Amino acid sequence: MELDSLYQEVILEHYKRPLHKSLKANPTIQVQHINTSCGDEITLNLHTDGTVIQDITWDGIGCSISQASTSVVSDLVRGKSVGEAMATIDAFQAMIQSKGADTGNEDVLGDGVAFAGVAKFPARVKCALLGWMATKDAISQSQSKNER
Amino acid sequence: MASLDISSIKRDFPILSRKIRENNRLVYLDSGATSQKPNSVLDAERDFYTQHNAAAHRGAHQLAEEATELYEGAREKVASFIGADVDEVIFTKSATESINAIAYSMGNAQSGSRFHISRGDRIVVSEMEHHANLIPWQELARRTGAELVWFKVTDDGRLDLTNLSELINSRTKIVALTHQSNVLGTINPLEDIVKRTHEVGALFVLDACQSVPHYKVNVKSLDIDFIAFSGHKMLGPTGVGILWGRKELLDEMPPFLTGGSMIETVTMESATYLDAPKRFEAGVPNMAQAVGLGAAVDYLSAIGLDVIHSHETELTRAAISGLRTIAGLTIIGPTDMTLRGGVVSFAIEGIHPHDLGQALDSYGIAVRTGHHCAWPLMRRFKAVATTRASFYLYNDLDDVNALVDGVERARKYFVER
Repeated sequence: MELDSLYQEVILEHYKRPLHKSLKANPTIQVQHINTSCGDEITLNLHTDGTVIQDITWDGIGCSISQASTSVVSDLVRGKSVGEAMATIDAFQAMIQSKGADTGNEDVLGDGVAFAGVAKFPARVKCALLGWMATKDAISQSQSKNER
Repeated sequence: MASLDISSIKRDFPILSRKIRENNRLVYLDSGATSQKPNSVLDAERDFYTQHNAAAHRGAHQLAEEATELYEGAREKVASFIGADVDEVIFTKSATESINAIAYSMGNAQSGSRFHISRGDRIVVSEMEHHANLIPWQELARRTGAELVWFKVTDDGRLDLTNLSELINSRTKIVALTHQSNVLGTINPLEDIVKRTHEVGALFVLDACQSVPHYKVNVKSLDIDFIAFSGHKMLGPTGVGILWGRKELLDEMPPFLTGGSMIETVTMESATYLDAPKRFEAGVPNMAQAVGLGAAVDYLSAIGLDVIHSHETELTRAAISGLRTIAGLTIIGPTDMTLRGGVVSFAIEGIHPHDLGQALDSYGIAVRTGHHCAWPLMRRFKAVATTRASFYLYNDLDDVNALVDGVERARKYFVER
């Protein structure tokens, strides 16, 4: 059934038991992203020394897709270099916006490949990207803060 | 009271026979967002373009004459539908434009005009307004320095009128309220509010988007000053809305959109304007859409709004009682049918509305999920979003049962999986 291709077991698992969903104090950068069409929101704290993503913690309310997806990205990019993290986010974004053509590389995206099915539901692409775009925004802001 | 022959009504709406996602019957429960269109409306629009298309009120040729007659004929139909005089009915592109037209006209009014609004004056709305009847007033308040205040909403989804006479005070210039909440289904009791509004010399604007399509609304017996509603929620085409105002007010109200068709005389320095309704219909009008709306009014009138309303009441009662049997489900809005329309919002513990809507869609059931353009009301009920089913004349008890079964099936899918 088509619904199962969207709601993979691993997505519902992340939704029910989200990772790193507790804001850690004193972040390098805090961002807040909102999906204006449905009201879902994510607050995300990034800890970084400018080269490595040391920690990503978050809090938020929203649908299973947006919440699970934020859980996945927060777990996936921690410990990665800034460049590697940005490349991972770009790979996820490419998969989600491919309308189903790109099913994702599990070596790069880990649990993120479970969201490949979202690409066939245009209305849910924004949900899947919410946490990833918040992470990308936080990293970009931390980089320009470093440059100053 | 006569009951509706739903299977024959369904045949009038071609879209209702299409299949959705893996060959499911379409169960359309989103008429609160926009209604489907019967053949007679589609035919009227097509007939206008294939037989009569020309710019109304211009040209000396036969087509222009016919276009004018059809366009003005649609105005007469709408006027008699809401108990108005024909030259009080203004075609706009949407209810949103209708409300903005009043707000901008007030903002444009000079000191001395009864429409003039300034610092120290007050605008009254409510917490249950659609953004279309909130933001234009927020903006008017911001531009003029007037104060925006609002009625609160009680836990059971009714307007809290305990502070009616303090809220609507002598400084109040305008009271703008919805007739029926697009989220809660609540029908607001207007009599005392309108009376108080006029007592202090203010004007009353009614957002009737959710009421005019579903039950009899008579502008004269409501004793209101302005009404706004859209065509596409009442079987008509998109791109046409209605602004009605009392004649003596319209004749005094400054125009909002200016240009061709609304002028009396023009020089390089200045212009004088026609009376209502033309004063408020600048440019070549949305004729085909107005004509389509006229056909929609004919369709609704032939069936009868009283019959439609009692049919929707029956469906809503069944939906509420069916949904309440589902574990963890809460109805947001009144659960009794007193002063209540055919819109049911609900939340289920453990399932986000977006996920619920997605599951229902996979069974062929179209509902609305989200904040319903009423974000402050969502906050009031501490909800991020709700799921909303809304009913119309082409729905039947099979649709209600499909909804209740679908929600239970979705609950099992997400909660018990």
